[in-house]
Amino acid sequence: MPKFEPVLMANMHRPDSHTLKVYESTGGYQALKKVLKESTQESFRDLIKNSGLRGRGGAGFPTGLKWTFLPKDHPGPIYLCINADESEPGTFNNRYLMELDPHQVIEGTILSSFATKASTAYIYLRIEYPTCYEHLEAAIAECYAAGYLGKNILGSGYSLDMYMHRGAAAYICGEETGLIESLEGKRAWPRIKPPFPAVEGLFRKPTVVNNVETVACVKQIADRGVEWFKSIGVPPDPNNPRDAGSYGPKLYCLSGHVNKPGCYEAPLGITCRQLIDEYGGGVWKGRKAKAAIPGGISMGLLTEAELDTPLDFNGPGKVGCLGLGTAAVVVADETVNMVDFLHNSCRFFAHESCGQCTPCREGTHWSLSMLDRIKAGKGRLKDLDLLSEIGNHIGIIPGTTICGLSDGAAWPIKNALKKFRGDFEEYIKRTNPTGYMITDAVPALEGAGSH
Amino acid sequence: MPVLTDEMTAAIKAFIPRYPNKQAVTLPALHIVNERLRYVPLEAVVEIAAILELHPAQVQDTLSFYGYFKQDAPGGEIRAWVCRSISCALRGGEEVLDHMCHKLGIKPGQTTGDGKLTLEFAECLGACEYAPCMLAGKELVKNLTNETADQYLQKLKAES
Repeated sequence: MPKFEPVLMANMHRPDSHTLKVYESTGGYQALKKVLKESTQESFRDLIKNSGLRGRGGAGFPTGLKWTFLPKDHPGPIYLCINADESEPGTFNNRYLMELDPHQVIEGTILSSFATKASTAYIYLRIEYPTCYEHLEAAIAECYAAGYLGKNILGSGYSLDMYMHRGAAAYICGEETGLIESLEGKRAWPRIKPPFPAVEGLFRKPTVVNNVETVACVKQIADRGVEWFKSIGVPPDPNNPRDAGSYGPKLYCLSGHVNKPGCYEAPLGITCRQLIDEYGGGVWKGRKAKAAIPGGISMGLLTEAELDTPLDFNGPGKVGCLGLGTAAVVVADETVNMVDFLHNSCRFFAHESCGQCTPCREGTHWSLSMLDRIKAGKGRLKDLDLLSEIGNHIGIIPGTTICGLSDGAAWPIKNALKKFRGDFEEYIKRTNPTGYMITDAVPALEGAGSH
Repeated sequence: MPVLTDEMTAAIKAFIPRYPNKQAVTLPALHIVNERLRYVPLEAVVEIAAILELHPAQVQDTLSFYGYFKQDAPGGEIRAWVCRSISCALRGGEEVLDHMCHKLGIKPGQTTGDGKLTLEFAECLGACEYAPCMLAGKELVKNLTNETADQYLQKLKAES
C-alpha cells in the first residue's frame, strides 16, 4: 500500500492559510472551476455517490445517497445546511478545518450545493468557535468579491448565497432536525421523521444537512477523483451486504491521557492503538490505558484489550460500541475510576437533553442522580441494575425517543456497566460498607443536578 | 425608552434578507443584543419581537431554551467558560474550575463584584487537545492549571 499522504490538513501549516490568496496558491477553487465547466449537477452528484463517501458527522450515512433523496425536478428553493455545531465531547476536527482552511470548507459547500441544486447554504456554527466565525465570515466575503458566490458563479448560470448562522451553546443543535428548528428561530427540538429533511426540511423545503469534514472531502474528491478516494480506507465487508465500506481519509481527534493529543489525518480503518501509539506518542506518564472512547463520548467505551479495534465505520460496533461516531478518541489511563468517568458522561447528557421526550429527559437526570449518590459514597449494588435498566430503555434503538441523544447517553452507561462492572462494585462496597446491600428506595441527594 | 439602539435595530434588520421568514432572525437578533448589552432583558425581547413581527412569547421561548442568554442582569466584561467535559475533566479541568470559583468567591454563572468577569462552566469547548481549557471572551486559554488560571486573573486585573 502506498504511503498515506494527508490532503485535508495538507495546507494548514502555511502562514495565513485561511486567506483566499494562500488557498488559491495551493490549487484552491480549481475543482469548482472544473466542475462548473465540465459537469452537470446530476453527473457531479453521481461522482460523489460512486466515491462511497460517507458522512463524517457521526452517523456515516452515504453522502451521495442522501443527496438523491431530494425530490426530482423540485421548483425550489432547496437548502443546504452545513452542520458546524461540533459539540460531541472529544471532537474538534471541524474546528481545524474552519479555522485553518475555511476556503476548503466553502469550496466543498459550493460544490455540494451545486450537486443538490441548493440556492442558499447556511453554515450553522457553534458559538464556542469565535475564530472559526471570523475566518469563515472573511472567507465568504472574499468569495463574493471573487465571484465564487452570488449570482451566476463564474459564468456558469448557477447562483448560490451562503450565510453564517451561529448557535447558542446547545448540543442538540448538532442533531440535523434540531439544527433546522434552531435555524428557523425556534427551540431546537428535533422533529419526528418522516418526513425527512430531504423532503421537508428547513422552512419546510427540501434540505440537505452535511458535516463540515464531509464537504471538505467532496472538494478533495472533485480534485482527485473517485479512484484516489477509494484507494484509501477499507472496502465493504463481503459478509455484510449492508456495509457501504469506509473509504477515504479521516481526521481523528485524540485527547485525554496521551502524550501528544491532537488532530491527525489518517486513512479510515487505523486501529485505536495505532492512533494512540503512533500518532499520540502513547499513554502519558508511562501508564497503561484503562479505557478509550472510540468516537465521541456517546459511542461508548473500549477496554484496553479492545484497543486493536479498527476505527472504520464498522469496527467499534463489533465490540459493543455504538459506532465510529466522530472518530474522536479520548483515552483514560489505568488510574481513572470509571465511576468518575460515567458521572461525567451522565452529567453531560442530563445537561444537554432537550427535554422533549420523557425517557431521555427523565432517564438522563435519574442516571445522573444515581451517579451523584454513588460518587458521594451512598451507592448500593442495586443501583447498577437500575442504571442498566435506564441504559436499556432510552433511545431510538429501543424506540422510545425522537432523536439519538438518549442512545448517546445510554451507550456509555451500558458499556461501562458491562465492561467495567468490577470498578463500580468495588467502589460501592468500599465507600458504603454498611449500606451497599440495601434494596429499599432511597431519596436522591439534595442539590444533585446538571445545571 | 427603548432598550435597543438604532444601531442594534439596523444590525438586526440587516439579517432579514438572508432568510425567507423573519422568525429565523431570532438567534442572530439575540446575539446582536447580547454582544452589546451582555444580556437580553425582557424589554429587548419585546422589541426584537416587534421587529420580527412575532409574539414576544415566541422570542422568549427560543431564548429560554438556550442557557446562553442572561436575562436578569448584564454579565461581566469578560465571560470565561471553563470546560468540564470528559477530555478536560481527565486532565484536571474541574479542579481548576473549583480553584477559580474559590479564588473569585463566586459560583459558575455568577459575576465578580467589580463586574469584570463572569465565570461559567462549559460542556466541551472543542479544544480537547489543549485540555483543560477555558474560552475567555474570544481568547482560548490552553492547558490550564491553577497557576495559569491565577496568571490569567491577574492579567485581567492589571488591564483594568
